[in-house]
Amino acid sequence: MLSFAWIILVFPALGLLINWIFGKRMGKSYIALVASAAVFASFLTAVGLAAGLAALPADARAVTVPLWSWIHIGDFQVDFALLIDPLSVVMALVVTGVGFIIHWYAATYMLVDDHHRELSLRMYGRFFIYLNFFILMMLTLVLANNYLQLYVGWEGVGVASYLLISFWFYKPSAADAGKKAFIVNRVGDFGMALAIMWLFFLFGKEAGSLAFADIFHAAEGAGAAAAGAMTGITLLLLLAATGKSAQIPLFVWLPDAMEGPTPVSALIHAATMVTAGVYMIARSHPLFEMAPTTMAVVAWIGALTALMAASIAIVQTDLKRILAYSTISQLGYMFLGVGVGAFTAGIFHLMTHAFFKALLFLTAGSVMHAMHGELNIDLMGGLKQKMPKTYWQFLIGAAALAGFPLLAGFWSKDAILYEAFLKSPLLWGVGIFTALLTAFYSFRAVFRAFHGDPRSEHAEHAHEQSPGMTFPLWFLVIGSLFAGLLGLPALFGEHVNVLGNWLAPVFADLEGEVHGSEGLELTLFLVSSGVALLGIFIAYARYIPEWGWAKALQRLFSRLQPVLENKYCVDEIYMAAIVNPLRRLAEGFYQLGDGCIIEGIVNGVGAVTVRAGGYVARMQTGVLGMYALSFFVGVVLVLLWFLLFVT
Amino acid sequence: MTVPLSWYLIFATALFSIGFFGVLARRNAIAVLMGVELMLNAVNVNLVAFWRYLTPTDLSGQIFVVFVFAVAAAEAAVGLALMISIYRTRKSINVDELNELKL
Amino acid sequence: MTLPNLDLPPLLPEIILIGMALLLLVVDMAARFRDARAEGSLMAGLTFASVLIAAGATAAGIGGGDASVAGVVLVDDLSRYLNLVVLLAAGLSVLLAWAYVPQFSRESSSFYALVLLATAGMMFMGKSVELITLFVSLEILSVSLYILTGFNRHQLASAEGALKYFLLGAFSSGFFLYGLALFYVQTGSTQLAEIAAQDSGGVLLLIGLGLLLVGFFFKLAGVPFHMWAPDAYQGAPTPVTGFMSVATKAAAFIALFRVLAAVPGVPVEVWGWAVAIVAVLTMTWGNFAALRQKSLKRMLAYSSIAHAGYMMTGLVAGTDALNAILYYLFAYAFMNIGAFAVAAMLERPTPNAPQDATIDAARGLFDRRPALATAMAIFMLSLTGIPPLVGFFGKLYVFGAAVSAGWAWLAVVGMLNSVVSAYYYLRVVVVMFMAPEDETSYVRSRIPAGAGTAIAVAVTGVLLMGLLATPVFVELGRAVIALR
Repeated sequence: MLSFAWIILVFPALGLLINWIFGKRMGKSYIALVASAAVFASFLTAVGLAAGLAALPADARAVTVPLWSWIHIGDFQVDFALLIDPLSVVMALVVTGVGFIIHWYAATYMLVDDHHRELSLRMYGRFFIYLNFFILMMLTLVLANNYLQLYVGWEGVGVASYLLISFWFYKPSAADAGKKAFIVNRVGDFGMALAIMWLFFLFGKEAGSLAFADIFHAAEGAGAAAAGAMTGITLLLLLAATGKSAQIPLFVWLPDAMEGPTPVSALIHAATMVTAGVYMIARSHPLFEMAPTTMAVVAWIGALTALMAASIAIVQTDLKRILAYSTISQLGYMFLGVGVGAFTAGIFHLMTHAFFKALLFLTAGSVMHAMHGELNIDLMGGLKQKMPKTYWQFLIGAAALAGFPLLAGFWSKDAILYEAFLKSPLLWGVGIFTALLTAFYSFRAVFRAFHGDPRSEHAEHAHEQSPGMTFPLWFLVIGSLFAGLLGLPALFGEHVNVLGNWLAPVFADLEGEVHGSEGLELTLFLVSSGVALLGIFIAYARYIPEWGWAKALQRLFSRLQPVLENKYCVDEIYMAAIVNPLRRLAEGFYQLGDGCIIEGIVNGVGAVTVRAGGYVARMQTGVLGMYALSFFVGVVLVLLWFLLFVT
Repeated sequence: MTVPLSWYLIFATALFSIGFFGVLARRNAIAVLMGVELMLNAVNVNLVAFWRYLTPTDLSGQIFVVFVFAVAAAEAAVGLALMISIYRTRKSINVDELNELKL
Repeated sequence: MTLPNLDLPPLLPEIILIGMALLLLVVDMAARFRDARAEGSLMAGLTFASVLIAAGATAAGIGGGDASVAGVVLVDDLSRYLNLVVLLAAGLSVLLAWAYVPQFSRESSSFYALVLLATAGMMFMGKSVELITLFVSLEILSVSLYILTGFNRHQLASAEGALKYFLLGAFSSGFFLYGLALFYVQTGSTQLAEIAAQDSGGVLLLIGLGLLLVGFFFKLAGVPFHMWAPDAYQGAPTPVTGFMSVATKAAAFIALFRVLAAVPGVPVEVWGWAVAIVAVLTMTWGNFAALRQKSLKRMLAYSSIAHAGYMMTGLVAGTDALNAILYYLFAYAFMNIGAFAVAAMLERPTPNAPQDATIDAARGLFDRRPALATAMAIFMLSLTGIPPLVGFFGKLYVFGAAVSAGWAWLAVVGMLNSVVSAYYYLRVVVVMFMAPEDETSYVRSRIPAGAGTAIAVAVTGVLLMGLLATPVFVELGRAVIALR
């Protein structure tokens, strides 16, 4: 009945092809129309899938739609197939829904380039080709029914991200950022590849495929016997997730990725792609649950990343970078959520975050346009009067991010923190402190950018953007305001958690969940609200009336400022500890090609047989002689090896 | 007195090693080629000796040698042609000087 | 004495090729051509036609059982698939050479005749079941390739590469031959079947096998017997480089399989470890040396060494890995010759000969020729082994075979190596898509029809074989059955 599912992939593929082949003959408006319509059609399909799924009984809501048989080795088989279940449908809805709005916004936004010059038709077309390609790959990722196909999508979105980060390829910083993102992600992808191979060795024979269901079944069958391996596999998967979702230790690429056009930052580096790591962990939850160690690592990585990134965001002055660190921090919350076993809460936060972070990024894009590319909040100010719509949109996004009571981010963050508390109050402590920082930095951005007097020429002359850019954002505003109602806590009744009920079949096997008392829930609820309001208040005190005590508070922490501004020097550490040695290693090998090793061997041989040294030295001067010598060494080694076996 | 097989084998091995050494040590491309020829001929000696002592009724060894001759001749022709081609431009066939091709 | 029973039809493809090679030489002598390009087109057309016919004749025979000819060659499905790989490489290279060779040579007839002879030599090599035949076919292909490598006589690099290739090749032939002689001594026979029938190995057989492996490693450009490869590959006219980097490997792999399957009394641990270590050295060296290359062709030459290393990992799994290696060879034919074809389009013409393309020549290629740049990106991604392209499945099958034979560490080393290789393959992609055009960039203003067709076929192959990995792989499984 859901066998029509495959057309969800066809639309972006078609959009991509049409724009690729006919793009040059179509105007910009048609290019944007085709690309957006393709994503919208996918969105409608996703809605259809959700409806179709809802019509099924709850325990039958996992439909595999096979497309074709892909790999077949002996009894082992990997099909290219789509898995339609509540989790993948939620992801598909978020990807296509938010994706569509961002396409819509980009249609206007991308008319000019980063220097406010008219963007060429070719570049415009290319942008939408990449964007549709991204949607295609992201859907492949979230709808995959097996690890290999997931990996295809995983790599595919990586390529799209890379292409889009370096979209302004003439800017060296953009090209470098693209490269950095790609290389850092390769480290994570390597973990993914190893994990898949390991799963294949461990369960390939038994499961007969790499399909999630088969692997999980085989893993459960293996039980405790595979516990050690399971820890290893899940740690490798976690490595992959930290790469894609910008967590410690692989988060360094995401702030630089802001070099890409803003719609890209919103779509890929905030709303969808970076959440793939969270999705993957949630999808693999049966494996992770068999590895409690990994779960703890996930939770702590999440909590620490959230804290670290939020603390860096406090001192950033570049609006998009604030949002980038905020994204890292929010992804940390999602990791914290899935790490403590609160998969529903993690996915819930993923969804609400997609709305308000896309909103924030897109409004930041509007601000950037209005400011002629200037993103430094120190040079803004007073934009509230100049661009009222954008102000309200940004304000609502920031409030949702800050966890302002009853907005989307509040509910989902609270759900995570509540479950974290049940697991370990310490994790909750880190989380709640991060929430304070979050509220502070989001409103710092609001107050610095929109309130007060204009602090630069550009801010003076800023003006509201055209409806093409402001109108689509209202949909995200609605999401930021009300998406939280999909996941109301149990406090409000047994069945009010729509998302929780919807996802229940996926996470049905989760047992032994600890439930706290309603009183505790209510307490934490109030503490969260208080913390969010407190953070907002501190930001207000510091930046609007500029009260003395708030400034004193800042001075108190001024020692930390250099560390924060240098982002804990992680980039530098990586450079010194990893990149440079690797580069030197490569240079070393490269010189080997010029005969370094052979020289070494020749010298060694020469030392032993001093009399032959003269001849050997002469050999080494000859280029061809050297080749023959290498050959000779090979012959000797091979023969020695074989002679070893004679005896 | 008949010459034992091992003598032929030692002789052939020595010849092979001399050729081998020539390839490694000589710088003149023609001398290198001569070294290779010595190596091939050492194998020929081996083959003929084996044929004579081990399977005198089966002609494979001899046929093998004939083919090796033919191949060696073809290789020599190609090799010399290449050397002439290089000599025309470089006025030298010293293999040490041929190092245009690197990184 | 009676003549052995010569059953010709199974060897029809080879006969067609050799006949056409001779015909080309005759035509050249009989006809006078005013224009190098006219001659080139005629010769290339005839060659391509004969390659197509030979491929058709081969394909028609698949599944047709085994036929032994005169006891020296065995036409089975394995050799038929090898034929197809070699003919595929030859066909693509001929298309590429079509407009390429007349740029520097008026002797197209000898060029294509040599290509045909080398092709026939490779095809014979893959079906030799007798040592003399093995040696002679190896030499036929080698001597042809020496000349082809040095075919551009106006360019010193070409002659230099050829001379190095030749001297080292002849040198390695000496070892190979010595190994064959020792086989003969120990077993008193030159027939692989009779050698296999012996029960015990013996010292000489072991040494012989060692020397034979050396000879094969040389042809496969295995480290440390690889030193000739970068020079020869860089010096040779680009179509020849593409052809020999793929087809020679294919022939050598299949012949090596037949030999290894026939060696009596030598456990897999003995030669397996030698192969495994050479494989590791080969891929590591190739990848690391490729990292810093400036010349696109030389970079691809090192990459070709690395790929030989990947394929060698399949060897340790023995016969079971045959279809994996065959799949890899097909994959490699498409993606590697495709890459060389694009590289040829970036070569700046000089009065004598096209100049070697640097990687920088591809700067901004996407802006000038998006289709060409996309094709190259597909080849590079496939060579890196990114799914769902064919290169990924090649690695998957080969490494998978190594793993199931108990050589998991080898597969892990292979994986690590692919990660290293990503760096230099993707650099090309970066340069094409991201770097702005400058004075170093160059691309031919018009893509010749032949080269364009070759690239299009290669792209199609890379994509289709990736998506249809299973059916192709299952089909190639016949080869395994053939050798069991």
